[in-house]
Amino acid sequence: MSAIDAGKIRSADEENDRLVPQSAGEGIANRAARLAIPAAMLILLVVAWQIYVTVAHVPHYILPSPVRIAQAFVTDWPILGRALLVTLKTTFLALGIALVSGVALAILMAQSKWIELALFPYAVILQVTPIVAIAPLILIYTSTTGEALLICAWLVAFFPVLSNTAQGLHSTDHNLLNLFELYGASRWQTLIHLRLPNALPYFLAGLRIAGGLALIAAVVAEFAAGTAGEDSGLAFRLIEAQHRLNIPRLFAALVLLSLTGVLIFAATSLLSHLLLRNWHESAVRREN
Amino acid sequence: MNFVAEADAQSQGTRAGDGRPLIALRAISKVFSNGTLALKDMSLDVGRGEFLSLLGPSGCGKSTALRIIAGLGEPTSGTIDWPTAEYDTAGHPHPEIGFVFQEPTLMPWATVFSNVWLPLRLKGVSKSAARDEVIETLRMVGLEAFARAYPRELSGGMKMRVSIARALVTKPKLLLMDEPFAALDEITRFKLNNDLLELWERFGWTVIFVTHSVFESVYLSERIVVMAARPGRVYTDLRIDAPYPRHDDFRTSTVYNDNCRRVSEALHEAMGERTH
Repeated sequence: MSAIDAGKIRSADEENDRLVPQSAGEGIANRAARLAIPAAMLILLVVAWQIYVTVAHVPHYILPSPVRIAQAFVTDWPILGRALLVTLKTTFLALGIALVSGVALAILMAQSKWIELALFPYAVILQVTPIVAIAPLILIYTSTTGEALLICAWLVAFFPVLSNTAQGLHSTDHNLLNLFELYGASRWQTLIHLRLPNALPYFLAGLRIAGGLALIAAVVAEFAAGTAGEDSGLAFRLIEAQHRLNIPRLFAALVLLSLTGVLIFAATSLLSHLLLRNWHESAVRREN
Repeated sequence: MNFVAEADAQSQGTRAGDGRPLIALRAISKVFSNGTLALKDMSLDVGRGEFLSLLGPSGCGKSTALRIIAGLGEPTSGTIDWPTAEYDTAGHPHPEIGFVFQEPTLMPWATVFSNVWLPLRLKGVSKSAARDEVIETLRMVGLEAFARAYPRELSGGMKMRVSIARALVTKPKLLLMDEPFAALDEITRFKLNNDLLELWERFGWTVIFVTHSVFESVYLSERIVVMAARPGRVYTDLRIDAPYPRHDDFRTSTVYNDNCRRVSEALHEAMGERTH
């Protein structure tokens, strides 16, 4: 507990005091602790799990031991790996389309109040209607299940990007807008040099949410669609494993999904950190 | 045209070359969309090279007047004339204005250099072409060593200096300042007052300085236009007859004190009139 708190304080210091270079030793020790403590916790949990299952003779179709899940990983990798690829493809394609379309629509809406009034309510309706409820309809209108899944995941990931970017574009400092007007800046110049950079932190916050949601939506939509065969993703393999009482494989698929989600979150967080940290980094360069 | 104000020899300004004012406001009124009469019937001639302060309580329309002069928002009625400015083919004047807001209003994602480069950049001047000018302007405000710093690394006074440098980089003829030092501590404010006066004497721009501080306006200005509120209007027009350069010893001089008392009384009358 106290170590986690120390980690928080350290990162707060980083925020406030970038001008003071941290000593290398202290930095490494701290970083090591931040990795070691969650890792130790994980190992402890897995060992306890293994001991419980072994000692209490829990049948593997109720709760498989970590060792059995690891075995399932190895033996079922051809199936799980392919399913993972399908799910990843849906997730990232949907996320990519959501980013492009979300930012584009946010820019369009920022151009005029009328366009915003005309479009935003529909974006909200698409967002608040549960994706599971729309999925059957989308399945009817699309030629392949893959397309349907893509549309579902896109619909879910699209809104956080749109609403955050729109918020960022709107919250531009009024005096800065006046300044641009004073110097005769064109609409395009104001967008490129003022509104978009101002919206960047908001957009990145939207990206972090959208990344996770795209994966969740890809899985939920697959539950609703119930694909089978070559094109099936992790969600289908998960249900299939449940029906066959192949609980070790179910757990393996679950672990893969969790890992994917964690990696997406880490990647988007890192991207956000790198882009925003740039605003402050020259301070360090200036000191050297 | 009505040049009543111009007949007043004092308002000509000592530096006005051919006698024509730089700006002539005629019966400017501004009604906001919520119906507030922000400015009523304001007429004012500003001579070239003049250091003029608009002094008044909040709600007297001094910032509104400044924004109208800057071209940010049209007056509801009245005319603004730039007798000496060049006009473009569309008939719009090119008054060459620099504007300093109450807040530094810097772009946090851009370095000090890029912030100062902005007005030139918007006119299509490339970074390399603007470099000398930007660095020279930063030197004027004493920040040439901070060109690569980001705004968040600077103190409030330094940010304000960057903001002033940005206003000066286009070499404007008219500098509009909207309570620029109101949020700064006294020591920093005095320092910036001195630096501003020094630059004004060196470059001879016209300055219109909005403030609610009697002491600041007397220290800086040749002429103080006292304004009254509800509705915002010009109450009286006072001249501060004290020679430049003015330094810190001016702050403790009898002339300064007398003028402060005079301006203070005028301000109180302007505010008192409102309550009757």
